[in-house]
Amino acid sequence: MRKLGAIRSIALPLTVVAVMVVIWTIVWRSGIFHPSAFPAPLAVLRGFREEAQTGRLFTDLITSLFRVTCGFSLAVVTGIPAGLWMGQKEWARTAFLPIVNFFRNLSPLAWIPFAILWFGVGDASPIFLIFLSAFFPVVLATMAAAANVPTVYSRVAKDFGMSDLEKLLRVTLPAIMPQLVTTLRVTAGVCWLVVVAAEMIAGRDGLGFAVMDARNGLRTDILVVEMIVIGLVGVGIDRALEQLTKIPSIRWGYER
Amino acid sequence: MTVSPLQLRHVSHSFGTLEVLRDLSIEVLHGEFMAIVGPSGCGKTTLLNLLSGFDHPTSGYIERKGKSRMVHQQDGLFPWQTVSENIALGLRHVKSEQERRRQVQELVSLIRLEGFENSYPHQLSGGMRQRVELARALAGPSDILLLDEPFSSLDYLTRLRMRQEVARILQERPRTVVLVTHDIEEAAQLADRVIGLGERPAQIRYELGLTTPRPRDPTHPEVVQAIRQILAELDVESDSGEYTTA
Repeated sequence: MRKLGAIRSIALPLTVVAVMVVIWTIVWRSGIFHPSAFPAPLAVLRGFREEAQTGRLFTDLITSLFRVTCGFSLAVVTGIPAGLWMGQKEWARTAFLPIVNFFRNLSPLAWIPFAILWFGVGDASPIFLIFLSAFFPVVLATMAAAANVPTVYSRVAKDFGMSDLEKLLRVTLPAIMPQLVTTLRVTAGVCWLVVVAAEMIAGRDGLGFAVMDARNGLRTDILVVEMIVIGLVGVGIDRALEQLTKIPSIRWGYER
Repeated sequence: MTVSPLQLRHVSHSFGTLEVLRDLSIEVLHGEFMAIVGPSGCGKTTLLNLLSGFDHPTSGYIERKGKSRMVHQQDGLFPWQTVSENIALGLRHVKSEQERRRQVQELVSLIRLEGFENSYPHQLSGGMRQRVELARALAGPSDILLLDEPFSSLDYLTRLRMRQEVARILQERPRTVVLVTHDIEEAAQLADRVIGLGERPAQIRYELGLTTPRPRDPTHPEVVQAIRQILAELDVESDSGEYTTA
């Protein structure tokens, strides 16, 4: 029964993909779209080979991943302490919450012109934009989680004579970990969306730039190759972060 | 003559305009098991928060000699820590890793949870979790044990068993105990002295002592007699609908 379930979980999605490729082929054959605007499945397959041979796809992928890693890590490292602070100090919440909310609702893409003016085209601009996309959601989620840690844990911490630092590290932080991991997963997904957009406009390399480059060269086959890679890597990032939910000291948050 | 570890003198407490406790004077003797009984919302938990030092009374004076530990109604364990890690919370001062492990193991045996050392709270039943909380509160040096309706979230049979467990465990590790509960049967079976609080603002309505040494059966004549007495006390009050035992 279990084995059957495993087969199902692979066979069913594969069937859906196969059906989509068939529909794709039919649309391509039908001639609804001009051939220059609609690549054939086989052409995309050839595009994969071409990109793999030149190695460009790989270097673009590494470039984009590097930028996301930098911007995202920077946002996590600064956003979590900021959120913890706001979660614990009522006055800090009152003071900063409106402005944090404002920036969270401001699309990071609106910053692109300034990013280019300030940081030019290169690594810095996309990293800056990714940082902006991740920082504010991380602050808000950390703050909300920290402010809602059950008071009974504070009582226990006091009973057992914990110092403020000890309480932060041994109580508050582990108490909010499950919510934090969920936030990190969502935010990393947003970062992956943003890096493509950022590189399309403010990049000279990376997957986003490759998309733009393929368009400019009218290489719709390569365009689809890039799209497939971007989507797959996004799924991969989420799967990787999902592993965090399996850590025993975090899993409790998902099993109630 | 030993000094009383817990003393309340004319303690009153209010939240804003809501008066919760009014002029309470209670003295808990060394090694005594005191039960404080009262209807829900009468300020029992407030009283425990004052006793543990988590809150300070609006007026009056509380003297606490020694370290106190609280067992909460439910979910007081850290869910991100295993049974062992939770129990070891009170043993952080123990330098030797080996000695710490030995003491944790001793407490795990005391609450009869061998084999669950590395389980997480969410993997345990409610009764097991409360036993772990008890063990955590008893780990390391402490003098006063505060029990905040520790069995109220458990089913009746588990509650009966937990009472026996507590009585047995306290024989091994004697503490001065204050139990807050709305379960008069529980109070009569476990305590040396029962203090009844009235509706908010809580004042002492009655007090009675039991002399039969612990642990006692719930059907022991003195326990039954005490329950009868408390019920009689409550009948004096107008609204006693809440006081049917389980």
